[in-house]
Amino acid sequence: MKFTLSWLKDHLDTAAGVDEIARTLNAIGLEVEGIEDRGAALASFRIARVIEAVQHPNADRLRALRVDVGDGRELSVVCGAPNARTGMMGVAALPGAFIPGTGITLKAGEIRGVKSEAMMLSAREMGLGDDHSGIVDLPADAPLGESYVTWAGMDDPVIEISVTPNRGDALSVRGIARDLAAAGLGTLKPWSAPTVSGTYKAPLNWKIEDPRACLWVLGRAVRGVKNGPSPKWLQDRLVAIGLRPISALVDITNYFTFDLGRPLHVFDVAKVKGTDLTMRMARAGETLTALNGKTYALTEEDGVIADAAGAEALGGVIGGEHSGCDEATTECFIECALFDPVRIALSGRRHDVRTDARARFERGLDPAFLPDALDAATRMIIELCGGEASETSFAGAEPAWTRSATLRFDRVRDYGGLDLPADESVARLTRLGFAVEARDAEKVTVAVPSWRNDIAGDLSAYRAGGGTLTQFEGLDPARAAKAAEGQAAIEPECDLVEEVLRLGGLDAVPAVSLPALAVIPPPAFTAKQARAALARRVLAARGMQEAVTFAFMEAKTAAIFGETPDALRLVNPIAADLDQMRPTPVASLLLAAARNAARGFADVALTELGAAYRDITPDGQAAVAAGVRHGATPRHVAAPSRPVDALDAKGDALAVLEALRVPMAALQVTADAPGFYHPGRSGVVRQGPKTVLATFGEVHPKVLAALDLPGPAVAFEVFLDAVPDPKRRKKGAPDLPPFQPVRRDFAFIVEEKVVADALLRAARGADKVLIVDVALFDVYRGKGVPEGSKSLAIEVTIQPREATLTDAQIEALADRVVAAVVKATGATLRA
Amino acid sequence: MNDDLASLQAETEAAIAAAADLRALDAVRVGVLGKSGSLTGLLKGLGAVPAEQRKDRGAALNRLKGAIEAALDARRVVLDAAALDARLAAERMDVTLPPRPFAAGTAAEGGIHPIARTMEELTALFGAMGFAVAEGPDIESDWHNFGALNIPDHHPARQDHDTFYLPEAHGRRPVLRTHTSPVQIRTMITQAPPIRVIVPGRTYRADHDATHSPMFHQVEGLVIDRGITLGHLKGCLIDFLRAFFGISDLPVRFRSSYFPFTEPSMEVDIGWSRKTGELGQGGDWLEILGSGMVHPKVLANCGIDPREWQGFAFGMGIERITMLKHGIPDLRPFYEADIRWLRHYASSPLAPATLHEGV
Repeated sequence: MKFTLSWLKDHLDTAAGVDEIARTLNAIGLEVEGIEDRGAALASFRIARVIEAVQHPNADRLRALRVDVGDGRELSVVCGAPNARTGMMGVAALPGAFIPGTGITLKAGEIRGVKSEAMMLSAREMGLGDDHSGIVDLPADAPLGESYVTWAGMDDPVIEISVTPNRGDALSVRGIARDLAAAGLGTLKPWSAPTVSGTYKAPLNWKIEDPRACLWVLGRAVRGVKNGPSPKWLQDRLVAIGLRPISALVDITNYFTFDLGRPLHVFDVAKVKGTDLTMRMARAGETLTALNGKTYALTEEDGVIADAAGAEALGGVIGGEHSGCDEATTECFIECALFDPVRIALSGRRHDVRTDARARFERGLDPAFLPDALDAATRMIIELCGGEASETSFAGAEPAWTRSATLRFDRVRDYGGLDLPADESVARLTRLGFAVEARDAEKVTVAVPSWRNDIAGDLSAYRAGGGTLTQFEGLDPARAAKAAEGQAAIEPECDLVEEVLRLGGLDAVPAVSLPALAVIPPPAFTAKQARAALARRVLAARGMQEAVTFAFMEAKTAAIFGETPDALRLVNPIAADLDQMRPTPVASLLLAAARNAARGFADVALTELGAAYRDITPDGQAAVAAGVRHGATPRHVAAPSRPVDALDAKGDALAVLEALRVPMAALQVTADAPGFYHPGRSGVVRQGPKTVLATFGEVHPKVLAALDLPGPAVAFEVFLDAVPDPKRRKKGAPDLPPFQPVRRDFAFIVEEKVVADALLRAARGADKVLIVDVALFDVYRGKGVPEGSKSLAIEVTIQPREATLTDAQIEALADRVVAAVVKATGATLRA
Repeated sequence: MNDDLASLQAETEAAIAAAADLRALDAVRVGVLGKSGSLTGLLKGLGAVPAEQRKDRGAALNRLKGAIEAALDARRVVLDAAALDARLAAERMDVTLPPRPFAAGTAAEGGIHPIARTMEELTALFGAMGFAVAEGPDIESDWHNFGALNIPDHHPARQDHDTFYLPEAHGRRPVLRTHTSPVQIRTMITQAPPIRVIVPGRTYRADHDATHSPMFHQVEGLVIDRGITLGHLKGCLIDFLRAFFGISDLPVRFRSSYFPFTEPSMEVDIGWSRKTGELGQGGDWLEILGSGMVHPKVLANCGIDPREWQGFAFGMGIERITMLKHGIPDLRPFYEADIRWLRHYASSPLAPATLHEGV
């Protein structure tokens, strides 16, 4: 919403300057978006007269001018403009002036032997457009020596504010003036509608066929009008706020839209078919060619204004091209209507029409203001275009909008946090237009003014009442009813507290630190959240850089990594390659690794704590600690570089699980990892048969090729939701036997298909009391080991419990180890 | 088709089917289509064919060539897949082997993303004020994201939200949450007051340019209790902002505003210099968050009686405060995972944000 300072002063009697006005607007909720003072840069330019323009003696393309700059001096000016001529009025800049269009500060000089003591300006040189065909050519009666910006009406700062969706009333200069006056920045000038009497019967009748289409409408014709250009003051104001002047009748409706927040429409009576204008719902297949030149296919949910030929306007949103006024109009018919804001909002959004009318109707207008607005508009039309007014025709009725609200004075303190005297609260409300109906020591009851639809009301139908709740369906009915009752009782008071606070500025409310609930607060994290934080640190501590990537990706790429149900494909993606909720963060990380490799950084380790999406339910979103490593480990004198492999990824996944206090000995690794892994170099970490805690492995060569990754790449996923809460039991007493442990090495030859884990478990199971650890320390293939087999060497730690073990006891135990391993794996003890 | 061509086709197809590996397949190709291949020879000999037969013969030869090429391609796909399977089988390893006892990298090489770091700091600071961290799903119902927050379908505020939609299911249209506020709703439904939660998390809006990302992060705050006033909201935010930015006299300005889910609503600015970007001085104001007293309708929608309980809510952009705190100029690299950017802005995993070590 834009307006100029002088326009504001039409309604507000104030001595405040632009800065103070802006500060106050910001404080009371009318946020200033910008202040444009177009005149400031041009303040020194004066209207001048060319006394004489002759050919420059030494240059074909230049002219030598003598210019009267209005202060009694006559200056010599060299000028290249082809339109410079004797007697013309123009705009002169004197030495020292900054020329905005060229960025140069003017200096007096001499051009080819002729002095140039000033400059005659083109529009472009003043920064007022692109016109550089010649110097500005002003009318002959332009006042010599006067400031150009003053004469041109540009010395009026333009203020732009953003108006929040609740404040339809602030989409008018008068509404803004009222708020500023209520905030103490001057007084609101009185305004009353002129009286207009009709001299003939209205040529058009209003009919409301469907109350959904319109609540109330008034109309009046003016005949004998002459619809030429509007006067300069009106054009200047419209131009200042970014509107294009069209004709007097159209300009007047625009003026009312901004001045009083009252959109109007004028029909050309001669173009309306029949004598009825009907408010009805559009019919299926009906179209409207609107004033913006576009044609809209209307739906049965759109309210229209129709004549005998069909829809002439999308009511409250945009008028039709056909029946609008133009220069040939001699009789116009003013429409002043009240529409349902909800229907306007939905129609406007459905057809993507954003107009000044829609912005006001959908926020809610003053439902009592229609007759006065119609009278004022009629009067202005007669003043500017001549003619005589008809009687008023109307349909529908003023809605029952009157309502009251009560403020308990202590609520300003107990809700708003500001200890304000009761008188001041009442004074602020009164200045806003609230009328005191009753008051005692504790509270005041006020009548809500008609223009404040946001207070104690329901925007949807201009009616009193608290509006509709959309309570949670699963609520206990008694709890829901009590809450609804509380809301109805308290909401109007909250509305009033806001008004009282707002006008004094919220900076006036003293800041109070939150009272402590406990001297030492409990942990902010749940156990699950703490696990995620720890997982993040563990992975970063293993040399991984944490990344944050988009949760959506190209459906085709996502499909490489898992299920891509249609239910997880965005209806309106921002780009075609960001349309599918990803099945795993590994996908995003591999894409990131590919981007890094393409930049020359192939050796990366990336991790992300993000979501994998299975379906649209909250449980269908899995929290995953994922990671990828790509390329090779760093080259170092102490450790040579090597390609990353599946055991790196396994190490990452297990490190996370171990840090999360998962009982590691009970975990199993199975070979059924998802399809994006190498089938022979990947695994699934399980706790019991059902719970999958993690996957890890080398990335499938096909995936590398599809993502243009040079490889090798390994990845892992840890499913944080699947990790059980660790038991917060105290640890048992430590196992501290007094006897030295005995370590014995064994080497077994097993077939290739035998996995190390099976062998280790078998050895461990040989004696659950005495054997405390079994570790694999060598895997050997080659000489001495048959083809298709491998040698696995293990160290078994035996912990004597009661007494030192004898050699025989140790030998017996060793035999049991061998027997257990042989039985479980078919191994032979290596000689 | 002439007999000679039919038999050539049959022989070739048999050879293709018999080719056990890519090498054998290529030998078949060379034998038929190579420089001195049998079919190549027939094509070369076309000139010698009587003119009246040449056209038919040429067409037949071309058909045969096409058929053989197709058969070669089909077999190549099969053999490629078999070769890959064989390679994958040959590469099979024992994944039950214990992983290396040390990681492939060190803590000095790894790092925590600045967004996660800011979330940690938020948790430490708000945690000290008694807030717990709450979370919710990214995919929300329309009701949780809008309706419950007093943003009905027709509300003009919806236009500002640029919502991403998922396909309609059971007559409802799921959305990617446009703010973290739906977690307020989830919390108030399931948890009895008093409530103090913050909700850091991912949010989504269909907006992509230099200063907007389709996915970004917000932190929501919610306090519901008896006797909580707008003054507490101001105090809580001032306490947080000064601690977070480490400027004990950071100027903080409160402006009246409007959000459908709070009343009164306010926007909060901090003092900075637009010219240098320095916080705390310079006389300019920078909008940093929105806040307000929780609207009675929102409380009632969640079954909380606003006569008994009241409180405040706020929301701010995590990227925004991160960029301000660390002087990060651009938004987009946050999500690009450029290893150079990550290394530059990462923080150490061994120095988590704690109050006693300083955030």
